[in-house]
Amino acid sequence: MSGARHLYVHLPFCAHRCGYCDFVTLVGRSEQHGGYVDALLAELRLERELLATEVETVFVGGGTPTFTEPHALARLLSSLPDAEEKTVEANPETVTPGLAALLQEQGVNRVSLGAQSFRPHLLATLERVAQPDTVRRAFYHLRDAGFDNISLDLIYGIPGQTASDLDADLDAALALGPEHLSCYELEAKPGTRFTHAHGAELALQADAMEMYFEVVVERLTGAGYRWYETANFCRAPSLPHGPDLRSQHNLAYWRGRDYLGVGIGAVSTIDGTRWTNTPRLAPYIAALGSGERPPREHEPLPDATRARERLMLGLRLDEPLELVGSSDAVDADALARMERLGLVRVRRSSSVGAHIALTPRGRLLGGGVTAELLA
Amino acid sequence: MPQGRIRNFSIIAHIDHGKSTLADRILELTHAVSQREMRDQVLDTMDLERERGITIKAQAVRVNWKGYQLNLIDTPGHVDFTYEVSRSLQACEGALLVVDAAQGTQAQTLANAYLAIENDLEIVPVVNKIDLPQADPSAAAAELADLIGDTPEHVLRISAKTGEGVEDVLDAIIGRVHAPAGDQVAPARALIFDSSYDQYRGVVAFVRVVDGTFSQREPLRAMAQGTRFEAEELGFFSPTMRSSGSLSAGEVGYVITGLKDVSKLRVGDTLTSERRSATEPLPGYKDVKPMVFAGLFPTDSDDYPELRDALERLKLNDAALFYEPETSQALGFGFRCGFLGLLHMEIVRERLEREFDLDLLVTAPNVAYRVQPPNGEWHEVHTPSDMPAEVEEVEEPYIKASIIVPKEYVGAVMELNNERRGRFDHLEYLSEDRVHLTYELPLAEIVLDYYDQLKSRTRGYASFDYDVIGFRPGKLVRVDILVGGEPVDALSLVLHRDSAYERGRALVERLREEIPRQMFDVPIQAAIGSRVIARETVKAKRKDVLAKCYGGDISRKRKLLERQKAGKKRMKQVGMVEVPQEAFLAVLNLSGERK
Repeated sequence: MSGARHLYVHLPFCAHRCGYCDFVTLVGRSEQHGGYVDALLAELRLERELLATEVETVFVGGGTPTFTEPHALARLLSSLPDAEEKTVEANPETVTPGLAALLQEQGVNRVSLGAQSFRPHLLATLERVAQPDTVRRAFYHLRDAGFDNISLDLIYGIPGQTASDLDADLDAALALGPEHLSCYELEAKPGTRFTHAHGAELALQADAMEMYFEVVVERLTGAGYRWYETANFCRAPSLPHGPDLRSQHNLAYWRGRDYLGVGIGAVSTIDGTRWTNTPRLAPYIAALGSGERPPREHEPLPDATRARERLMLGLRLDEPLELVGSSDAVDADALARMERLGLVRVRRSSSVGAHIALTPRGRLLGGGVTAELLA
Repeated sequence: MPQGRIRNFSIIAHIDHGKSTLADRILELTHAVSQREMRDQVLDTMDLERERGITIKAQAVRVNWKGYQLNLIDTPGHVDFTYEVSRSLQACEGALLVVDAAQGTQAQTLANAYLAIENDLEIVPVVNKIDLPQADPSAAAAELADLIGDTPEHVLRISAKTGEGVEDVLDAIIGRVHAPAGDQVAPARALIFDSSYDQYRGVVAFVRVVDGTFSQREPLRAMAQGTRFEAEELGFFSPTMRSSGSLSAGEVGYVITGLKDVSKLRVGDTLTSERRSATEPLPGYKDVKPMVFAGLFPTDSDDYPELRDALERLKLNDAALFYEPETSQALGFGFRCGFLGLLHMEIVRERLEREFDLDLLVTAPNVAYRVQPPNGEWHEVHTPSDMPAEVEEVEEPYIKASIIVPKEYVGAVMELNNERRGRFDHLEYLSEDRVHLTYELPLAEIVLDYYDQLKSRTRGYASFDYDVIGFRPGKLVRVDILVGGEPVDALSLVLHRDSAYERGRALVERLREEIPRQMFDVPIQAAIGSRVIARETVKAKRKDVLAKCYGGDISRKRKLLERQKAGKKRMKQVGMVEVPQEAFLAVLNLSGERK
């Protein structure tokens, strides 16, 4: 193996923990940002040999990476390997002209902006700090700083969100003309504060909101976006050889590539093993401070498991999945059934082996179809 | 023991009127059981009976009283077991008819008293529980005397609980019940009135010797079936098994046969000696025909062989139990079982689950139907899905229901019976405020929840008994349930034409709630032949995706999908539709509910 070509860096700090969030996050602690960045860089040095000499993508996620104290952030970004795509996640309220310039200076060429919604009452339900105009201003600060690849995150299925609320959010997002959009249905994850407060209400609205996914797909594809992954859309290139605006980093996950993740809670998958760093800050910093690897949980990934994952991940994409190597993972009866129902298309060819892809309706039911197809 | 000093008797009583307590007092008084051994209700050997307070199987116990040998043959006390009562009564010359001093005559009392009278038994009337504060012994005695054509003075008044009057009962058995009148020197004949199976000793037959003498080690033959075996041991219960070496005319006891095949010896058959055979068998019993049927399926299909063995075992001492293999596309391999009634079904199920550790699915019960297809022969069907779609004529079993109720509830009982297609037959006052009603009803109308309804509408005061009186033509139709266009055999029903629409709709609505949404629309229909009478649709899912899936949560999402797939594998497949087993259960249970 010549090493992973994809690097994920986790910056866990946030100004506030949103009720629906179940990521590894830490509120405040600005005095620890510097120390944490030191530890991150130490881990990166320890694992440098796992990375290929040529890294293709770097993704700095959180938390709120842009909430990190600016000097620490700059120091981190300047120490990361060069890559064709370098993404940083940002929360609108943290994006100032200065921050946009900092990112640009440090070689970041893609920003994923956590807009979530443009409706004040829905932002309040989500406990987001930003106001609709904060989102817009952040977007233009990034544009002004020269970013030509900006992604917006939207959440739908928020308690109290009506169909016209959803329309308004899509209008507002499209008006900004982002290169990329990620649209997630709100998941009321068990154990979160949010589920405690809104779970029952969400369950009641489930039927009414069932159409929202379809609406999102129709509106965005209607506006010329490519629905390239279950929850992700990008502008189709205006010229035949124009830039590929899909998230190259995330595409690596969906194609089953190896990746290295550093930081607390970060996950790596390399050479048939997956490991997860401790989610706790203190032991992470302590271990790396003394030159040790942080505490980790390891999960072996035998070929059969990898094949199942390739199926699960590959079917999220709009490109056909080659069944070679995954064919044992597929339940042939279920495949025939799904094909009969018009949910899966199978292209059989003696020369290159079978390819399968979900039909548009199959993609709306992708989770259930995948569960069926798993052998 | 000379026959002149033998008395064979049963105790017949309504449930909870104190039969078992009286039996216990008799055992105590005659020193068959010491105080130390005494536990309440010795005769009820099965746990289940103890818990439910009902005696399922007849057993015979020998006691001695003032130089006489008394054989107490126990009888069950529930409406479903009239057949077993009649079996026991054929082994007796007398019966104690026990009535609760507070509750008076009940429907079951009437039914069993008539049975005893039909069998020419001497009836010793007993009013029990005279110690209860609410007891009215005089009223109960008057009612009882009236019922059997005796005088109230002749009715014994006792408390089995305190023991008061129990000695008089024993004296009355000696004084009033006839001695057996068999021929001591004729070729030996004995009636098998019950049997049981012992793991080590094989089939144990309970017999009443009518003529001659049977001896240990003697070669015997069951006259109807022709089965030959050696009497490994002869004896009696007192109350535990005691070997006696022989059994003579008039005596009641057991024969250990050593037979390992339970089907080789049938209750009702006559035993005789091989060396000196009788030529004529005893009258025996008429075959009982099960009238209530249900499918029994193991929840885990691997348990099918265990279920088959268990049914075979139960069948040995439950001649009324009927079963044949049945395959259902929805529920897999199982058995279609026939029962005498609902309680019988419930008890069989509980014994299978408890004694044989089986987990069972029981379909909604139905009755037997006689059908004549166009240009075809009359035949009986036991499963709704076996009912031909086109029939010339259908007949269903009818019962004569006997209901005793305080007069203020007569209206409620009539209303219930009218709802259930009942035809009024007769009404009489048993006393100033207790009424005896008889109705003719289709058995199908009572197999589901009739008894519960009767009890709740009469605040528990009604008592109920019935006799099957034969088949009668009915306007019956088979209603099929189709899921995704495929008929589901386990859900087919035979219904009266007038209620088919309403019941079909209720079933279809319930199924719509129970069947999870699929990736396509699933029509659920109720149909009579090709005519759809009710339809609902389980709408297809519009969306079913995992919102996000990135590097950090691949393992978790994979496990989630793997769990989903495992769940799908447990579902039952009806055509393309995945139906959880619980959905069938919910619907099968529903057919027992009515508003």
